[in-house]
Amino acid sequence: MKILTTSALASIQDSGRFGYRSMGVDRSGVMDSWALQAGNALLKNDLNEPAIEIAVGSLTVQFEEDVCFCLTGALYEAYIDDKRIPCYWRINAQAGQTLKLLRPLQGMYTYLCVHGGFDIEPVLQSSSTNLKAGFGGFKGRYLKTDDVLKVRIASSLPVIGVARLEPTNMIRVIKNSEYEYFTSASKAAFESQQWQLQSSSNRMGYRLDGTALEFNEATQMSSHGVDIGMIQVPPQGQPIVLMADAQTTGGYPKIATVINADIGLMAQIRFGKTCQFIVVEVEQALREQQKRQHYIEQIKEYAHES
Amino acid sequence: MELQWQLCSETNLTLFFPKPITLEKQQQCWALADSIQQMPEVLEVVIGMNTLSVFTVSLTWIELEAFKDRLSALLDDIPSKTINGKHIEIPVHYGGKYGPDLKTLATELGLSVEAVVKLHTEATYTVYFIGFQPGFPYLGGLSEALYFPRHATPRTKVPAGSVGIGGEQTGVYPFESPGGWQLLGQTDIPLFDLTKASPTLLNAGDTLKFTAIDIYK
Repeated sequence: MKILTTSALASIQDSGRFGYRSMGVDRSGVMDSWALQAGNALLKNDLNEPAIEIAVGSLTVQFEEDVCFCLTGALYEAYIDDKRIPCYWRINAQAGQTLKLLRPLQGMYTYLCVHGGFDIEPVLQSSSTNLKAGFGGFKGRYLKTDDVLKVRIASSLPVIGVARLEPTNMIRVIKNSEYEYFTSASKAAFESQQWQLQSSSNRMGYRLDGTALEFNEATQMSSHGVDIGMIQVPPQGQPIVLMADAQTTGGYPKIATVINADIGLMAQIRFGKTCQFIVVEVEQALREQQKRQHYIEQIKEYAHES
Repeated sequence: MELQWQLCSETNLTLFFPKPITLEKQQQCWALADSIQQMPEVLEVVIGMNTLSVFTVSLTWIELEAFKDRLSALLDDIPSKTINGKHIEIPVHYGGKYGPDLKTLATELGLSVEAVVKLHTEATYTVYFIGFQPGFPYLGGLSEALYFPRHATPRTKVPAGSVGIGGEQTGVYPFESPGGWQLLGQTDIPLFDLTKASPTLLNAGDTLKFTAIDIYK
């Protein structure tokens, strides 16, 4: 498929690059892992198959072969030629047709998954784009006009759709190692207030705006391993939720961590919108993770039967 | 202070050694990383500055508890590992457009620019770990006379190859990125190269010296 126009931030991502953090190579990968897995399950792909992650603007592609695809994650206003198409449905397109993603109606990151996957050479065992170091994915960068992505197989599948995860701005977290460093007023404020997502947020971190969190005493930590979902609090007190492109090590105290089950929900919050955090126990976080996995299994079964 | 694994997410346990930062504690981190890496529950181990982070595969609550107990048992008698790494020299353009903070840092420390460069180039540094971004070496061994806090507001763009000081540490940025360290100079040597069998120029346990190609005031 050929990129005809793009104003969006579009890159090739899979579930992430693991095993190289000791070289300082971060995980990269999709912002909303549940949306990627849902799309791949619906198309009978391996759950880790890379997709085009699209955010912020519009994107038009032309299919150079017959392709079965789906859009998951953020709900985009999308068209095949002039015909409006729904998200979370398998759609068959013919060679020569165009797919136009106009704008997101809800959410931030959408995934264009294709049946059979894109023909992408993995780098360090992953097809994710490492945008900072410029490798992996498609030439290590965001997609541009005239880029051509090869789809592995021409195909069509019966048209079916599945339910998406209900979006919410109530994000569940578990306490992180420095939770007790914060004043009791700040611990309460962390959960009670509406945090607004700043427009300076990106794939590396979601910066939140609200009443500043305060420490019991000034803290200097050594650099240590960090990961997606961890919520760092720099000295000025405005939290940063680390996202898919987070650095491998960091030194700011961390008040909490978004549970794995809710990372996708966090990723889909838009600039200027708010979220609220709810502290849960680790045991519950792991149960919620299993529920999400069950949702993906259900899609998988349905996709195979249809 | 008792050593304890901290649960930082459902799949991450981190161990922090108490301050001050020492090479001995780092050698314990290296040894622990070797044995933990072999455990079936482990996806990755990340060594930090006198810290160690363990990333697990997806576990149930019972499995996680059992895993944490096994990790805790390792802390009763922590082995130590010495690494006889390679030694390299990194040539640096100091000051001017290459090191925009060199002059102010020298003034603030009450030293001449030449004295700062002398102190920075005469030390032999040990790579404690690679982190933050691909190939970024965290170096121990900085002269106490050069300890200097990070910028209060980080730069949005630090050029690739920049050599800087952040608190008690010195290091080199392999790629352009935001960063708060005081920039002394710049090197042309690539620190991360995927065409090489070992993509990172440096590894934990290597030693290095900086040399001055030139000094701009």
